[in-house]
Amino acid sequence: MLRQLEGSQAVAEAVATCRPEVICAYPISPQTHIVEGLAALVKSGRLEHCEFVNVESEFAAMSVAIGASAAGARAYTATASQGLLYMTEALYNAAGLGLPIVMTVANRAIGAPINIWNDHSDAMSQRDSGWIQLYAESNQEAVDLHVQAFKLAEQLSLPAMVCMDGFILTHAFERVELPPQSQVDAFLPAFQPRQVLDPEDPVTIGAMVGPEAFTEVRYLAHYKQMQALDLIPEIAAAYETLTGRASGGLVRRYRSHDAETVVVALGSVLGTIEDVVDELREHGSRIGCVGIKTFRPWPRAEIRAALSGARRVIVLEKALSIGIGGILAQNVHSALEGSGARIHTAIAGLGGRPITKASLHRLFRAAAANELGDTTFLDLNRELIERELVRQSETRRSGPHAENILRDLGAVASRPV
Amino acid sequence: MFEVRIHGRGGQGVVTAAELLSVAAFLEGRHAQAFPSFGSERTGAPVVSFCRIDDHPIRTREPISEPDALIIVDATLLHQVDVFSGLKPDGWVLINTSKPFGELRIEELFTRFDRERFQTVAATELARELLGRPLPNAALLGAFAALTDRVALAAVTRAIAERFSGAVGERNVAAAERTYNHVRAARGAPSRPLLEVSSA
Amino acid sequence: MPLQRVKYYQAGSFVAGNRLLDPHERSVQADSGRSNAITCGHRACQGCGEALGARFALDAALRASGGDMIAANATGCLEVFSTPYPETSWQLPWIHSLFGNAPAVASGIAAALRAKGNTHTRVVGQGGDGGTVDIGFACLSGMFERGDDVLYICYDNEGYMNTGVQRSAATPPDARTTTTPAVGEHPGAPWGQGKSAPLIALAHEIPYVATATIADLRDLEAKVEHAMDLHGPRYIHILVTCPLGWGTASSDAIRVARMATESGLFPVFEGEHGDITAVTKIRQRVGVEEYLKLQRRFAHLFAPVRRENEIARIQARADRNIARFGLVEARDGRPEAEVESDTPSIGAKGAATSAQAAAPSPPHRSG
Repeated sequence: MLRQLEGSQAVAEAVATCRPEVICAYPISPQTHIVEGLAALVKSGRLEHCEFVNVESEFAAMSVAIGASAAGARAYTATASQGLLYMTEALYNAAGLGLPIVMTVANRAIGAPINIWNDHSDAMSQRDSGWIQLYAESNQEAVDLHVQAFKLAEQLSLPAMVCMDGFILTHAFERVELPPQSQVDAFLPAFQPRQVLDPEDPVTIGAMVGPEAFTEVRYLAHYKQMQALDLIPEIAAAYETLTGRASGGLVRRYRSHDAETVVVALGSVLGTIEDVVDELREHGSRIGCVGIKTFRPWPRAEIRAALSGARRVIVLEKALSIGIGGILAQNVHSALEGSGARIHTAIAGLGGRPITKASLHRLFRAAAANELGDTTFLDLNRELIERELVRQSETRRSGPHAENILRDLGAVASRPV
Repeated sequence: MFEVRIHGRGGQGVVTAAELLSVAAFLEGRHAQAFPSFGSERTGAPVVSFCRIDDHPIRTREPISEPDALIIVDATLLHQVDVFSGLKPDGWVLINTSKPFGELRIEELFTRFDRERFQTVAATELARELLGRPLPNAALLGAFAALTDRVALAAVTRAIAERFSGAVGERNVAAAERTYNHVRAARGAPSRPLLEVSSA
Repeated sequence: MPLQRVKYYQAGSFVAGNRLLDPHERSVQADSGRSNAITCGHRACQGCGEALGARFALDAALRASGGDMIAANATGCLEVFSTPYPETSWQLPWIHSLFGNAPAVASGIAAALRAKGNTHTRVVGQGGDGGTVDIGFACLSGMFERGDDVLYICYDNEGYMNTGVQRSAATPPDARTTTTPAVGEHPGAPWGQGKSAPLIALAHEIPYVATATIADLRDLEAKVEHAMDLHGPRYIHILVTCPLGWGTASSDAIRVARMATESGLFPVFEGEHGDITAVTKIRQRVGVEEYLKLQRRFAHLFAPVRRENEIARIQARADRNIARFGLVEARDGRPEAEVESDTPSIGAKGAATSAQAAAPSPPHRSG
């Protein structure tokens, strides 16, 4: 059914059609509307045979999901940023135990400094956890990915997170086709666990594994996740057959087949990039973009193939690994080893800074003119940086960076100049 | 594409206004995108929301920097925030105020923008009268429909009715209809054809 | 004269023997058809109080539930010694997730059962004092507060034993642990720290809270059985001796636990919905010294010099518990108690002058 509604609401409806049995959630911006929507659906009786558990922390949320999933229930939760970090231990535990929990991550920056706006640092921080990571470009894709995620997770016995840009997608009203219950039921059968806590057939889950077997267990976890590289396209194809929509998959190419310059990115910024690509194409530029839909497992072969003709690759990412640089960029570098393409990294949108078409035009123009360095921070305010560095060099007790910079910006006036 | 930027303060329904406008456009079979400029919610703080309307799917997500239309929900922002930033020279401006133009001290703007496209409406006062609460967004949307002809009144009222049920919905619809007719009359244009939405 | 029901098993000893009891009153362990929830072959130390307590508690719970039960276990001694890959001691469905989340995992299992309309399978969460009173405390409180149908059992050996005897919030004052070593001016664990998980559980006004020890295993079983008759969040806190961590002979494991109760340092009581409903009276009161002297973790209180202040302070703590919980009754029925040991009296007579003062006042009920 075609609707105009908030992204969070759309996701709540989509998750509800997947017939979850246990939803446990702790509120954090910007995920709150999703769990509020689900709470209403459960409480009103529209979502039946489902327990909505209000937990005392995100750590508890993932732990409740672990217990529920191990007991054979389809379990779901949602979080962002600090909440994702708080459940890190449980995240690794869920993956290690092979429990097919599905979670929405409403991507948000990680503090300090505290910031409630969008970037990918949260999900990126958990890229090694063993969770499958899928990124939605639009609210339609977010809806579709959740349905696919349950199927994928349960087939592989691995947890999966669906990433959608906080505020930018979660709080945007846009047109979404919500798959009807009948469609989802046809696509997603009842949960059949590989392991379950059943008094009729007791098993021990969570044994301690020593040096003699740990490597093998980890190898199998890696092997299992790599199987998603085959399964994800299958599931996406089946979903397209059912709904008519091409959502998800490993990568999506846009006008990249004959492109000289290809932009690589994750998430909602792809929409803005596609508009800029069209505008540049009208002026003769041979530019295209590749959207990565699946970040973990890393679709190395598909990315290499998609970028094979490019002379120049611009990785535009909303994450930064302090001490080394771009995260997506590192992954792209590894995929393009030996290919000869020039790779530029552009760090953009951190902490919710808008990525404008004007900035992208400037960036791509610079790249075309070979004026772009290895790593660029889009729209960086150099003056602010300089001022803070001078302040630091002048006095030992220069104060917290964040407050100093905010004062310089005029956003804070807590001390007389 | 037609881009609208809405300025107001927290608690005035700025975000809802953008959402309702997007739903109205959707009900007319078009594509629409609405989102707020996000901040920690706090009553009274300046808030901005955005709405894009187009006949084709909307992909871009950047904030609206060059709006085709502005709705100023709180006139105290006129001289506190640069609400007119990026407005197109022939942009529409709807200001919620009971003051006459002269008292708004925005004469300087008319050198940059088309005075004919500015319109005031006392939406808050009307809301107090019809709804018993100073929530002007429905009234503003009715006025907006009349001013710009970019969305039909019927679509606006249907969007309002879908969002607010019962008496609340009815009163908001009445508010929108009232301002629609008022603005129509004020501009001396009883029936203007709906303008083509540019595909740019 | 008020009568106290004395649990009389076998003349001449406190051993939980069974031959003089009717079959239905015997310990679950006397039944050859018992579930053996935690079966032999596990790697616990000789004399481990936790292994003993877990076996009694879980077999009792399994019998009460007709074998229809799932357990969630925190990281700790019990988990480690019972599941050395590729072996497991557990004969019931059992999951170990993390150190701090056993109560939440149990809540999740309970939620799954509810969602599936399963009203018969029971859920037990369990962990040591570290996993329950410290790192798992928020999850425990959340489980209580939500009213989840879980019986949570805390095996309290008063420290992080599995990782090498570090102090926890359950470690008593003056006790030597590796992070509260017996050196310096104030050897051992500091005073003024620690918390009573049973009393905090009671403050949550859950359906059932009880303390027990491995010194009275039939009492433990009875409490587990009673808990299994109820639904909602239930909490049982069992004092379990750790011979290694406490520095006692493994053959003294049960005796030490008995000294803990008979000295008044570990009150044994039951409570429901915020009120204390029953208290196990001390049968033969002993001074704290008899308890402390059995454990090398308190050796520094006696050598090289006797630390009179510390010993007195511990005695005062015991006296306060006795007064507060009404653990001793005088022969003539007065709640006031005569101290029957060599430790100097610190005004125990003045501590309880009326029945009102002897019993702990009910927790304040929020309106």
